Amino acid sequence: MAVGENRGADRRRYFSMKLSLLWGSKGNDGSKKPSDQPKVSIEDETSGATVTKDMFGIAFIAMTVLLAIAPFFVYPLFLMQALCFALFACAFNLLIGYVGLLSFGHALYFGWASYLSAHAAKVWGLTPELAILTGTLTGCVLGLIAGSLAIRRLGIYFAMITLSLAQMMYFFALQAKFTGGEDGIQAVPRGKLFGVVDLSNQMTMYVVVAVIFLAGFLFIHRIINSPFGEVLKAIRENEQRAISLGYKTERYKLVAFVLSATLAGLAGSTKAIVLQLASLTDVNWPMSGEVVLMTLVGGLGTIFGPVIGAFVILVMQYKLAPVGEWVVVIQGAIFVLCVLLFRRGIIGEIARLLRIRL
Amino acid sequence: MFELLGIPPQALFGQLLIGLINGSFYALLSLGLAVIFGMLNIINFSHGAQYMMGAFVAFLLLQHLDIGYWGALIVAPIVVGFTGVLIERLFLQRLYKLDHLYGLLLTFGLALIIEGIARKYYGSAGLPYRVPDSLQGGQNLGFMFLPNYRAWVIVFSLFVCLGTWFVIERTRLGAYLRAATENPTLVRAFGINVPRLITLTYGFGVGLAALAGVMAAPIYNVSPQMGSELIIVVFAVVVIGGMGSIMGAVVTGFGLGVIEGLTKVFFPEASNTVIFVIMAIVLLVRPAGLFGRSA
Repeated sequence: MAVGENRGADRRRYFSMKLSLLWGSKGNDGSKKPSDQPKVSIEDETSGATVTKDMFGIAFIAMTVLLAIAPFFVYPLFLMQALCFALFACAFNLLIGYVGLLSFGHALYFGWASYLSAHAAKVWGLTPELAILTGTLTGCVLGLIAGSLAIRRLGIYFAMITLSLAQMMYFFALQAKFTGGEDGIQAVPRGKLFGVVDLSNQMTMYVVVAVIFLAGFLFIHRIINSPFGEVLKAIRENEQRAISLGYKTERYKLVAFVLSATLAGLAGSTKAIVLQLASLTDVNWPMSGEVVLMTLVGGLGTIFGPVIGAFVILVMQYKLAPVGEWVVVIQGAIFVLCVLLFRRGIIGEIARLLRIRL
Repeated sequence: MFELLGIPPQALFGQLLIGLINGSFYALLSLGLAVIFGMLNIINFSHGAQYMMGAFVAFLLLQHLDIGYWGALIVAPIVVGFTGVLIERLFLQRLYKLDHLYGLLLTFGLALIIEGIARKYYGSAGLPYRVPDSLQGGQNLGFMFLPNYRAWVIVFSLFVCLGTWFVIERTRLGAYLRAATENPTLVRAFGINVPRLITLTYGFGVGLAALAGVMAAPIYNVSPQMGSELIIVVFAVVVIGGMGSIMGAVVTGFGLGVIEGLTKVFFPEASNTVIFVIMAIVLLVRPAGLFGRSA
């Protein structure tokens, strides 16, 4: 009796093994598509299934209050610079955090927007709001061109293509006459907002930058929580399924890319007016890496993460300025540590501990 | 002397030679990237930094241990390859179950660390490395002067590329590798130690980068940023060629080097960007890359 049972069990095991082999080989045929491979997506890493409350409203008000009182305690120029980078990181996060696309060339939109904005303000003599608009449109157009090329390839190729295109435009910036080559465009006039409000006053400029940042931030929040944003998240989770549901995912990805590039352009052009400088640093590849680092430290796919990340990285750069060359090494070490041990980032960890969505 | 399209032949063949030299490095590096990507599914962003490490190890061997070029050609790839094995064991191994992006980010961080340390101790200026005595001088081919060392670089890198192709496509070890790329679980079931195979593959790919670095040292000098400048171009080469085939990587690498060299003759302003422009065109016409299977 017992022997017979064993034999039956063996047979069952044999069949299930055969079955699993079948399934295994079937799964493997599809494994060329990245979406079919077993992997931990960014969403699993960041928010998890334990989310219970959406604390966006409270957190946003807290952030606004902080920004309102901060200039009385912290050097305003530093705050303005940090806000520009925070907006830049939020724009970048829109792609990696919500569509799952890693752009390794976001310096392209940031840097070129800052060149055009600086050029418009200095040479064409435009008022600051028009100069910023010029830069933002530059980001938009460049995003449309680069995006329509890059979305033709998936996954890892996407990152390499965006990086290569950014490097190409870096060489253009190096060679073009109007960018000033190694010197960059210096002494950009801040001018008068709408021809009326003088921006050379540090506090006035701060208010303008804070308003631009908050508007950009709210716009990104709106995108993420719109039906359009839901489709983006669906693409991030499983692009094949989104396609089979009838979504033209390429178009969605392109629109998201252009939005991200445009907002990066807004950040870059504001930065050019604030610091009165556009230079090669903003358009070169280490800048693309820096924005990745800011977002990673703060938390991929969290809306407040990139803001915190930008502040953390900038404070670190200021504090570590005396040790000079070690900054790059430390940044590299943070990259490694974040990827190995701390993939949720600061905000992602806090959100997980408090079981809220941030 | 005849002229081609108003270009003196010395200039033309001179740039063609430089193109072939650059092409050998593109080929060696994109080959390493392709081999690593095939097994680990990771784009090794620190490939450029490891190429630079190869050159630095050669430089340090000469400075401190009086080991010359030929010794360095053997020792440097082994040393750097061993650090690659450590990196795979300590870091990369933990990432295989995650999204590919994390591998890229981690190796990017490693590249920053390696390059930062090199810059801290050796500054940004290039350190000269002498061409070995046995390869000094050159041949006058009538239409151009061919330095012996450059001829050696082209021939030897071709040899290494073909050797790698042979090992992967024609030997038993290569068959294991290809099988493990296709279906690691099944290959493991046959009693082959796949994790060790993966570790060695990474070490080998990194060693190839270091070998290229040693070969580059007498030509470009040894400097901390020599890798980061090159690696982005190599990424474009990889996008153009696709990482599916080894021969594809080699042919694309040499081909693009030559095209870049010719661009320097006819349209010097575009020589920095021509490879990226070609990448954009290839993406428009053949999104999967010249030799790639569809993405």
